[in-house]
Amino acid sequence: MTDIRNITKTGISRRRALAGLGAGASLVAMPWIARAADDIIRIGFPTPLTGPFAAEAKDQVKSAELAVKQFNDKGGINGRKIELLVRDDKLNGGEAATRTLELIEKDKVHAVVGSLSSAVQLAVNEVTRARGIIYVSISQSDTINEVKDFSKYTFHEALNPHMTAGAVARHSFKKGSKVAHLVADYAYGHEMLRGFKRAQAEIGAETVGEILHPFGAADYSTFMPRLRSMRPDFLCISNFGRDQANSIKQAVDFGLKQQAKIVVPVILHNQRLAVGPEVFEGVVGGANYYWGLESQLPSAKAFNDAYRAANGGAIPTDYGAYGYTGLSSLLMAMQVAGGTDTDKVIAALEALKYDVAKGPQSYRKCDHQSVQSVLVLESLKKADMKNDADLFKVVANEAASEKVLRSCTELGFPA
Amino acid sequence: MDTELILMQLFSGVALGAILVLTALGLSIIFGMLGVVNFAHGALFMVGAYAGLWVASLTGSFWWGLLVAPVMIGLFGMLIEYFLIRPLYGRSIDDPLLLTFGLSYVLVEGVRIVFGTDGIPFPTPSALTGVLDLGVGFFPIYRIFVVGVVFVVVLLLWLGLEKTRFGLIVRAGARDPTMMRVLGVDISKVWLLVFGLGVGLASLGGVLSGPMRSVNPEMGSLVLAEAFVVTVIGGLGSLLGSIIAGLAVGIVISMTALFAPEMATIVMFALMALVLLIRPQGLFGKLA
Repeated sequence: MTDIRNITKTGISRRRALAGLGAGASLVAMPWIARAADDIIRIGFPTPLTGPFAAEAKDQVKSAELAVKQFNDKGGINGRKIELLVRDDKLNGGEAATRTLELIEKDKVHAVVGSLSSAVQLAVNEVTRARGIIYVSISQSDTINEVKDFSKYTFHEALNPHMTAGAVARHSFKKGSKVAHLVADYAYGHEMLRGFKRAQAEIGAETVGEILHPFGAADYSTFMPRLRSMRPDFLCISNFGRDQANSIKQAVDFGLKQQAKIVVPVILHNQRLAVGPEVFEGVVGGANYYWGLESQLPSAKAFNDAYRAANGGAIPTDYGAYGYTGLSSLLMAMQVAGGTDTDKVIAALEALKYDVAKGPQSYRKCDHQSVQSVLVLESLKKADMKNDADLFKVVANEAASEKVLRSCTELGFPA
Repeated sequence: MDTELILMQLFSGVALGAILVLTALGLSIIFGMLGVVNFAHGALFMVGAYAGLWVASLTGSFWWGLLVAPVMIGLFGMLIEYFLIRPLYGRSIDDPLLLTFGLSYVLVEGVRIVFGTDGIPFPTPSALTGVLDLGVGFFPIYRIFVVGVVFVVVLLLWLGLEKTRFGLIVRAGARDPTMMRVLGVDISKVWLLVFGLGVGLASLGGVLSGPMRSVNPEMGSLVLAEAFVVTVIGGLGSLLGSIIAGLAVGIVISMTALFAPEMATIVMFALMALVLLIRPQGLFGKLA
C-alpha cells in the first residue's frame, strides 16, 4: 500500500515541477512510473443508499457531486480532475468497512468522505485510520472527537451531539423544566441523550424519565402511555431517519403534543416532508443547514443556486449540505496543498478557513472538529408556509464558537 | 407503577396485537390452504399502502382507498398465482418460497422507481383524528378503529370458512386436493381465490397502517418478520392460532416496553424461540 502512495506522490510532484518550469529537476528523475490514472483525484464516498436513511444519503451524494463538479469546472486541482466514487454501505458497519477497504485497496482513492450513522462512521474511521487515508466524516458523532477514536487523518465536518443537543436545549428548556426522553438504543441516541443531559444540568432542567427504543422500530404505541404518565413539559426524541418520522407521528397521534413540546436534537428536512406539516407543526430541532439561510448569507445563496441549477430546481437539505461542505473543505485543502500529499493536505485542512454554505467554518486543531454555526429550527404550521419548501422558521443561529464544544482537555487531549 | 398505567399498557398491547393479527392473517391463510410460504407478503403489504394512498389521492377520500386498494391488489395477487405460482405446484416447498422472495425485491424496486425512495405522508382521515379517553388514559381514535376493522375481518373470515359451502370446499381442499378433484371440484380456481384473498388481506393491512406509520418502500420488511413470528407461534396454517398468537405477541411486546423498552422488538423473537422449543408445531398447529 505504502508503495503505491509513494508512486502517486512522486507522480504529482513531477507534474507540479513541470508546471512550475523546472524548479524541481531532481523530481523528474522517475518519469517511468507516472501513469495516466494518477492524473485523477479519486474520493471514496460510502453512504447508506438503501435503508431507513436512504433519503438523507441520496441528498448527500447530490451535494457532494455538486462540489466535485464545481472544482472540475474550474480546472480541477492543479489540472487534475476529481472523481467521486459512491458506494452503498447499507447502513451496516461491516459493509461500510468492506467498501471502504475496497475503495482504498482496489480503487486507490486519495481520501474518503461520507457515511451517515454514528456507528457506521466509526467503522469507516477504523479502516481509514489504519490505512492512513484522510477521512472527512459527515455524520454526527461525539466519540470520533475523543482521544480513543481520534485519528490525525480524520476530520469531522458534521456537528456533534453536544453542539446540536446543546443548542436545542439552550433555546427550549428553562430552569425547572421537566424533560422526558425517548431515545434510539444505539450510539447516536446515547450520544444525543448525553448532550441533552449535560445542557440540562447547566440550565437546571430536570429529567423525568428516559425510554430507550429499539433502532428501526415501526411502532411506538407501547411507549406512549409511560411517556404520558411522566407528565413532561418537553418530550425529547433522539433518533434519526424514519425512526424520527414514525415516533413523532405516533406521539402526536397519542396526543402528547397537547401535553408537552416535542424537541429533537436534529430536525430532518426529508422526514418533515415524509409525514407532512400537521404532524411536525411546532416541533423544534437543531440543524447544520437550512436553505432559508439564503436571505441572510451570500454563501448559502450561492450554494442553493448552484444546487438548484444542477438538480432541476430542487433545494439542498440539511444532511445533503454536509456532502457539500465536507467535500468542499477537503478539495480546498487539496488545492492549498497542491495535490494529494496526505501530510500537506492535513496541514492545509487544519489551517483552512472556509465559508461555502453556512458562514465561517474551521477545523479545531486538537480533535479536527469543524467549528461552525448551529441552527435551531421550528417546523411551520401549514398556513404559515409561503411555499412547499418553506418548512421551518430559524429560531436561533448560534454563531461558530469553540465554547459550545467540549474542551480539548475534556476530550483527553494533552493541554 | 400504578394500575392505571398497567391497564393502559395492556390495552396498547391488545391494539398492537390486533394490527399484528391483520398482518399475519394473509400469510397464514395462504400457507394453510396452499402450502405456499409467501415471502412477498411484506412487499404486498407495502404495495397495498401505496395503492391505498394512490386511490385516496385520486378520489380525495381515504375510504375509497381502504375499499378499492385491497380488491385491486387482491386481483394482482390472483395474477401472481395464475402466472407465477401455479407452474410450481407439485414441486418442493422451496420453489414458491424462492419465487416470492425474488418477487418481493421486484415489487420494492418497482415502487422505488414509481414513487421514489423517500417516504410519502398518509394523513389520518379527519373523521378519525384525535384521542379517546378510556378512563385509564388516552388512545388514538384511529387505532381503535383499526382494532374494530380487524375484529370485523376476522369474524367475516370465520363465517366464510366455517358456515359457507365455499369455505367447506376450501377446508377440504387444504386437507386432500386430489380427493376434491375426484369429486369434480375445480380446486385450482379455489386456490386462485384463496391466494387473492391472502394478498388482499396483506394490502388491507398496508392501507390501515399508512396513517399510523410512514409509508415508504421498505415498510414491508419488518412486517414480514412480524407476520412470520405470529404465524409460527400460532402454528403454521392455523387461523385461530394466528389470532391468539397475534394478541399474545402484542401484549408481551407492550409489557416488555413498560419494564425493559429496549427489548421490545427482540422479545417477540425470544417468545417464538421458546414456543418452538416447547411446541415445535406452534400453539395450534398440527404435527405434520
